[in-house]
Amino acid sequence: MQKKLILDSDLLDITLNRLCQQLIENHNQFEETVIIGLQPRGIYLADLIYQKLKPIAQTEIPLGFLDTTFHRDDFRRRDTPAKASETRIPFVIEGKKVVLIDDVLFTGRTVRAALDAMIAFGRPSKVELLVLVDRKHNRDLPIAANYVGKYVNTIASQRVLVELKAQGHKQNRIWLINHEPS
Amino acid sequence: MTSKLSQPHLLGIKNITANDIELIFDTAYNFKEIINRPIKKVPSLRDITIANIFFENSTRTRLSFELAEKRLSADTINFTASNSSVKKGETLLDTINNVLAMKVDMVVIRHASVGAPHFLSRHIKAKIINAGDGTHEHPTQALLDAFSIHEKLGSLEGKKVAIIGDILHSRVALSNIFAMQKMGAQVMVCGPPTLLPKYIASLNVKVEFELSKALAWCDVANVLRIQLERQQIKYFPSLREYALYYGINKMMLDRLDKKIVLMHPGPINRGVELTSDAADSDHSIILDQVENGVAIRMAVLYLLAGAVS
Repeated sequence: MQKKLILDSDLLDITLNRLCQQLIENHNQFEETVIIGLQPRGIYLADLIYQKLKPIAQTEIPLGFLDTTFHRDDFRRRDTPAKASETRIPFVIEGKKVVLIDDVLFTGRTVRAALDAMIAFGRPSKVELLVLVDRKHNRDLPIAANYVGKYVNTIASQRVLVELKAQGHKQNRIWLINHEPS
Repeated sequence: MTSKLSQPHLLGIKNITANDIELIFDTAYNFKEIINRPIKKVPSLRDITIANIFFENSTRTRLSFELAEKRLSADTINFTASNSSVKKGETLLDTINNVLAMKVDMVVIRHASVGAPHFLSRHIKAKIINAGDGTHEHPTQALLDAFSIHEKLGSLEGKKVAIIGDILHSRVALSNIFAMQKMGAQVMVCGPPTLLPKYIASLNVKVEFELSKALAWCDVANVLRIQLERQQIKYFPSLREYALYYGINKMMLDRLDKKIVLMHPGPINRGVELTSDAADSDHSIILDQVENGVAIRMAVLYLLAGAVS
């Protein structure tokens, strides 16, 4: 197994700052905006973005977590059922601008499931997608992110590993992992 | 994170593990959040067909299963023995095979004979959920009871649960004993000697004949219904006498030096095992049990459906 570092702690911080600036450009005061992190791993990134925006935004931005497990289209196509995580959206998304946040955009199926799951909470006026890593050329569905931390060219057998301090790792780092052909 | 039940069917609590129960609880908490949303439906089981086959009367269990199936977007068919060819002499296996020929993936079955779901599991391919077999087991009821305690008290570890009433005729009792013990709770059964099975103590439960002592001991009192329809002979002189010795009223709850949780699997015989003021008091979590029943059954259906091929 080979590991290649894509983003280290300092670069990641710069990237996150840039993403926040882009959000501010499009949402200026954040009055009508809510942030929703996708379970299980997007919630840490959503929280990081939320913490960075907090001192800049004039208002309190609502932050929620959305679990997509029961809306996935690969249920029963895997060996064991996926285990669900908590969904917590303690605010109204009807008529709001929603920013969905996930760590890695790969096939786009999680995002499709998230759009489906989100509809149960209301009809947002606009939905945007922010991802830290966009694995280009691997999309199964016509889905694109509005804000991208880093584009990475990968093949399907590779894996992108996001390690964040919030998840209990020593440093914020993002790796590209090659599985050796067996 | 993925996880899987250790069994392909849910036949009873006896043959599942504590890990299975915890997995079902975790999943049920997610579903409980979903059934409190404005849109209460998820599409997980949209390509699954489930047959609810009830050879015995049931209102709440059948409704609860049906609702759980619909919340998961499964297709359902309902079958009750009273208006079917069972009356014309068809065997159980033939009946089920006819239903399965219509491409059914899962079967929820209630039957008056002990072991009917276990027998079926050896002969058919569909996933089976036992919704009560005679006086043997009623696993989803025990799971929702244990889940309701877990939700109310945070854990079952070390908690004292008293099961009070007609233990002899109750499938809820046996499943409950297994479920509570697997989750680390201590169990006591309490009732008139004629309604306690002879070898009940061999299940490692405390046996008590005096209601006041059982209430003073327990954290949770799970009160069972007197099943008059299963009693061919008289096990006690009269309902009135039973109510006098084993009926719980509000005053008895208030006299205790701690606040116990009062449960009942329903339907309640008001004025017999519980008076109205006790059943409707703030000790009671009887209606939470009903709500949790849907979440637990969704969890069980979801986890078992993952293995349908």
